[in-house]
Amino acid sequence: MPIQVLMPALSPTMEKGNLSKWLKKEGETIKSGDVIAEIETDKATMEVEATDEGTLGKILIPEGTADVAVNTPIATILADGESAADLAKAPAPAQQQKSAESAAPAAAKAEAPAPKAAPAPQAVAEPDPEVPAGTEMVTQTIREALRDAMAEEMRRDADVFVMGEEVAEYQGAYKVTQGLLQEFGAKRVIDTPITEHGFAGIGVGAAMSGLKPIVEFMTFNFAMQAVDQIINSAAKTLYMSGGQMGCSIVFRGPNGAASRVAAQHSQDYSSWYSNVPGLKVVAPYSAADYKGLLKAAIRDPNPVIFLENEMLYGHTGEVPKLDDFVIPIGKARIVRSGGHVTIISWSNGMSYALKAADELAKDGIEAEVIDLRTLRPMDTETIINSVKKTGRAVTVEEGWAQSGVGAEIAARIMENAFDYLDAPVARVSGKDVPMPYAANLEKLALPSVAEVVEAAKAVCYR
Amino acid sequence: MAAPKKAAASTAQDKTDGGSPPEFTREQELKALRDMLLIRRFEEKAGQLYGMGAIGGFCHLYIGQEAVVVGMQMALKPGDQVITGYRDHGHMLATGMEANGVMAELTGRRGGYSKGKGGSMHMFSKEKHFYGGHGIVGAQVSLGTGLAFANHYRDNDNVSVTYFGDGAANQGQVYESFNMAELWKLPVIYVIENNRYAMGTSVSRASAQQDFSKRGASFNIPGQQVDGMDVRAVKAAGDEAAAWCRAGKGPFILEMQTYRYRGHSMSDPAKYRTREEVEKVRHDQDPIEQVRNRLLAAKVSEQDLKAIDAEVRDIVNASADFAQHDPEPDAAELWTDIYR
Repeated sequence: MPIQVLMPALSPTMEKGNLSKWLKKEGETIKSGDVIAEIETDKATMEVEATDEGTLGKILIPEGTADVAVNTPIATILADGESAADLAKAPAPAQQQKSAESAAPAAAKAEAPAPKAAPAPQAVAEPDPEVPAGTEMVTQTIREALRDAMAEEMRRDADVFVMGEEVAEYQGAYKVTQGLLQEFGAKRVIDTPITEHGFAGIGVGAAMSGLKPIVEFMTFNFAMQAVDQIINSAAKTLYMSGGQMGCSIVFRGPNGAASRVAAQHSQDYSSWYSNVPGLKVVAPYSAADYKGLLKAAIRDPNPVIFLENEMLYGHTGEVPKLDDFVIPIGKARIVRSGGHVTIISWSNGMSYALKAADELAKDGIEAEVIDLRTLRPMDTETIINSVKKTGRAVTVEEGWAQSGVGAEIAARIMENAFDYLDAPVARVSGKDVPMPYAANLEKLALPSVAEVVEAAKAVCYR
Repeated sequence: MAAPKKAAASTAQDKTDGGSPPEFTREQELKALRDMLLIRRFEEKAGQLYGMGAIGGFCHLYIGQEAVVVGMQMALKPGDQVITGYRDHGHMLATGMEANGVMAELTGRRGGYSKGKGGSMHMFSKEKHFYGGHGIVGAQVSLGTGLAFANHYRDNDNVSVTYFGDGAANQGQVYESFNMAELWKLPVIYVIENNRYAMGTSVSRASAQQDFSKRGASFNIPGQQVDGMDVRAVKAAGDEAAAWCRAGKGPFILEMQTYRYRGHSMSDPAKYRTREEVEKVRHDQDPIEQVRNRLLAAKVSEQDLKAIDAEVRDIVNASADFAQHDPEPDAAELWTDIYR
């Protein structure tokens, strides 16, 4: 029976790719290990190797096709003795896949912002007050917005450099630093050994002497090895030196759950870092905020923890085409206005919040959605003003609830707007468990749109 | 890459490596004596003030180890950076930081180098290129390597002198730093002050490789054991290491074989060693007595030496007076210097 070649998933978060080139023609013999096609994702171009032997029977997806979903049949291979006449016997894709959910890692996260419906981050009602009306916008992925932010700041200031694992020759483990080595050279785009504790300390030392390092952690999970240097050296030195010696440094990288990478690679550190005076903590959601806030972080004279989200890297959004687009750290943004309930979130939590707001609107509940963008210093005023209007609040975070950012927000609302509350503040969070691997369990461990809707209705007594 | 130089052959026994170090000029001897005495008297005074309750928290005295920082400082030029751990008062005085500011920091007063907010283990001086004063054992090694990284990035010829002890030498980040320093040829002198005890644990109970000059061997970093009680030997080794770094050859390790006379901190009952052991080192190897004896042998008068003693005592007494009378920081200082 002819064998189907499926569009492969090349990373835990890949959902689609472009079939850029076929390297074998129909009728050609194929051996196991032969490169048969090239696939391009937003991160890289990868070669597809045949795992079966035979003859390339039929190409189902022609080269140059964009956005081919993972697991789509792209060709059929005929085994020995089979001919083109057997092609009709090829199994239907649905039969071959055990289930769409378990075969396609990304599809398992039904609640994650679905790239097919793509520009989720921009599905907002309120214009960004930081962007002048009439500004020309360009569509970029968040990955590109981050790269551009770094490149612009490196052009502007020779003291800015990037260091981390695979940031240079490999072009970034998640391709965020793509092209920086080519433009700025190995002196300013520095591949480190796998040595988080050591290179974090070297970055802080360099910053103490006046340079402005951008330290990339491949993910913030690995920064636990470096947390002493981040907190004891970077965050506290200005105070301990009576203001003499500070540290202008950005620690950045993906934070929180990606997809199917289990407990050690899925932790959300929002509450950890936002607990520490001396650090600023930024966790944006939209492409424009990623760019404008990273530029602000690089210019900031203090240590800034810049929490990114791997699930969002490939998402596109509108980014203002301005020579110098900088968003001030410490300002939340109302991305959707409404009068019935305030939903507060940041980073990927916003994807649940915004979809929940859409759902709630269908039931006549108008939610005001606040993207905190910065966790420390926290824009308490924007939260409180909104809660004074709505009288109800729901926080949404992927991290754990205990001592979480949602708990902090709830406390501030209680301290500052107790008399305005019509219901206790509700928290939607990651479940109080290490992140499981199984697709269904992982989905259960993360917040969901349904949970946000339910919480919002509960505080509205609906 | 050059193989570890003297490390391969040397042991603690043949550390002098044949013969005495180059002689100092009279001016150098006098300067070394004065700077070492300042540290010794300062630390004795700090010990007294601690006993009186004027200094709180932790207080780690440098008495016995003075030749290390004073000799190293004589090998440096303006612009070279110094960074160390928590036993840091000597390093600060050696870099030229004012006794008043250091002592007032110990007593937690507003005239202290950190406005009273850092204390014994956390003082800094941008002006004197002193980068702390770090309370986490070993953290300064990565930070000091970062200072060297900045020198390399800026393409200047400054050297980062990164001090740590035999205890810190067992921390993992030390070796992460060694690796990158050699990989990138960073100008850093790692000065390992081996005073034989990490708090109460002797080197033999904590270290599989007790020759610390070899600790960089697997990274191809040259190392040398130095008689850290002889200020001339320290300076000579410092000169050699600094030249190595300034020539772009990368890091260099100096193991300073030294001894601390006092406890690890003020609250150390010192049950891990005998009184006789301490007395023997004091009697046979004291770094200050060595210089004093050489000066006397060279016919410098007792009177001249007493004048140095008097000058140093005046500075130290004045600093103690200042540190006890300077006001505590204003309450508003609680909320400053968190961000800039």
